[in-house]
Amino acid sequence: MSEDNDIDLPHETLVELYERMSLIREFEERLKWLVETGVPVGAVHFYVGQEAVASGVCTALRTSDWIASTHRGHGHCIAKGVDVRPMMAELYGKATGTNRGKGGSMHITDIRVGVLGVNPIVGMGVTHAVGAGLSAKVRGADEVAVAFFGEGAASIGAVHEALNLAAIWKLPVVFVCENNGYAQATPAEYAIAVENIADRAAGYTMPGVVVDGQDVVAVYRAALAAVEHARGGEGPTLLECKTHRYYGHHQGDDPLRYRTADEEQYARERDPLLIFRECGFLTASELDEIDARSRTVLDDAVGFAESSPLPELGDLYTHVYVG
Amino acid sequence: MATVPAAVRELTFSQALNEAIRAEMQRDESVVVIGEDIAGAAGRAHLGLVDAWGGPLRATRGLITEFGERRVIDTPIAEMGFVGAAVGAAMTGLRPIVEIMFVDLIGVCYDQIVNQAAKMHYMMGGNIRLPLVIRTAFGSRGDKRSYGGGAAAQHSQTLYAVLAHVPGLKVVVPSTAYNAKGLLVSAIRDDGPIVVMEHKFLGFAAKGHVPEESYTLPIGKAEIVREGTHVTLCGIGRMTHICLEAADKLAEQGIQAEVVDVLTIAPLDEETICDSVRRTHRLVVVDEDTPVASMARDVAARVGEQAFDWLEAPVKTVTAPDTPVPFAAVLEAEYIPTADKVVAAVRNQIG
Repeated sequence: MSEDNDIDLPHETLVELYERMSLIREFEERLKWLVETGVPVGAVHFYVGQEAVASGVCTALRTSDWIASTHRGHGHCIAKGVDVRPMMAELYGKATGTNRGKGGSMHITDIRVGVLGVNPIVGMGVTHAVGAGLSAKVRGADEVAVAFFGEGAASIGAVHEALNLAAIWKLPVVFVCENNGYAQATPAEYAIAVENIADRAAGYTMPGVVVDGQDVVAVYRAALAAVEHARGGEGPTLLECKTHRYYGHHQGDDPLRYRTADEEQYARERDPLLIFRECGFLTASELDEIDARSRTVLDDAVGFAESSPLPELGDLYTHVYVG
Repeated sequence: MATVPAAVRELTFSQALNEAIRAEMQRDESVVVIGEDIAGAAGRAHLGLVDAWGGPLRATRGLITEFGERRVIDTPIAEMGFVGAAVGAAMTGLRPIVEIMFVDLIGVCYDQIVNQAAKMHYMMGGNIRLPLVIRTAFGSRGDKRSYGGGAAAQHSQTLYAVLAHVPGLKVVVPSTAYNAKGLLVSAIRDDGPIVVMEHKFLGFAAKGHVPEESYTLPIGKAEIVREGTHVTLCGIGRMTHICLEAADKLAEQGIQAEVVDVLTIAPLDEETICDSVRRTHRLVVVDEDTPVASMARDVAARVGEQAFDWLEAPVKTVTAPDTPVPFAAVLEAEYIPTADKVVAAVRNQIG
């Protein structure tokens, strides 16, 4: 638990932080239930357990800021403000989806709220955030770009190239590594030569910060500092959030084949929503009300998705080329 | 240039590219250029050192002095990173022209081109524009005095078939200074990702009339550059010049060859090619790329599907062999399609 959480944050910020986490949790649990009842929503990677990262980081951003997401991207999209109705419709493969049913879980985007795309080619989205940061700098715009990536992505060259480019060009980019301990079934301690991904920041002459990714207030504070640093023209930061994913890599994966039950139990005890609740920043009834609203929003989203039309077969051939 | 009468104003292929980029940068503040040594001596202006390189074809030389380092952005050796950054920049309000020094290097950034740039618009349901131009030099030696010879298997390839294969990506292959300028201007103004393939040999060797004012040429349109009645020779990039040379030789033998310059390999202008074949009843496709899963065979297959009834002889292809590009001059010369090989293919058809 953060020790510096004796709360000086505005009430509305605390509400926002919890609202985002609550909505992500409800979306993902609802989705998991839909998957288990046989609704064909395609390949999905649940974000449950990591909500504090998306919420803490995106609450520190403006709508005009950019994020590049990962294969585990639902949480990032919701936190950045993508409407869950077209998000759910996209998962159902409906014409009303964020991507008109052409993208699915691994490509959800809404450029209008600054989402450059969920991106399942691990590490590649990180370079797009660098491009958004470069674009902001060239245009003289007051925008910041966040690159979300997992600790698994930290092993691919694109991430190194992106970090180096952002550093030499002093771009307004925040690199947010969500270290959930596993690249699919490969443990971080096997794949990564350093203890903390953030330790690598020294190699790019940028600040490297490690934060408890289960503590949304701590994530928010660290992200806000990094975002202000970037917006102030001081360049990028590498922010590592230590977190847990509750479920397998994707739907149907049994994580007990590569991690222990004790470890899972420990993660559950560090649930980001519970931690927030126990801190008492908001009253139990306030929190319950937010959770109830999330359920209503998801009821509506699922209803919207189910009642939406499928794409026309002719849509197969549209949008191949731009214009 | 100012003293030369407009009608005979000549530029090299590289100068034409340079002029296209310069004019578009003047016209549109969002156009930026990104790549390795596109200026050169990056960050050394305080020592009086600027513009040391200008890209492999010198097509970006001088831009930094006019537009500055804000819009002429030299990169480290990081194609995966900077092509990705160009994709991100294209999604967020810029119109980047990114240079991959040689097409041989696309392996290190293939994902950014094939999975990211090419598919983004489709995957996003049309909700995103991606105005990105990727310029890259390709090809093997044309003659002994020209740059591009002796660069061997990893610096001489053509490889455009692996780009044309990808849905969503447009690929243009200009052949003259005139169409290089017009196609590049069109590419820069296009709202989607386009690869412009620039032949190393043509860069300095191809010279011709280029109007000073900006103009566009249609992407996705082939051009009949010589009319004929007995056979259609279909050329791509520098191979169009080989086709024209072959057509001269065939004319001496009484065979009138029509020459189609493909210009855009994706999307391919099937109509112009098939219409020509319906008039000439024979087709030879000339392609500097290797033959397996190639543009040459793709053109042949499409004509076979759509104009078979008009053919009086089997379609022939003249391509590089199914080998890597060799180093030794004698082998490299053997590697490239020549006018004599094209003439032989036509003689084989006509008998």
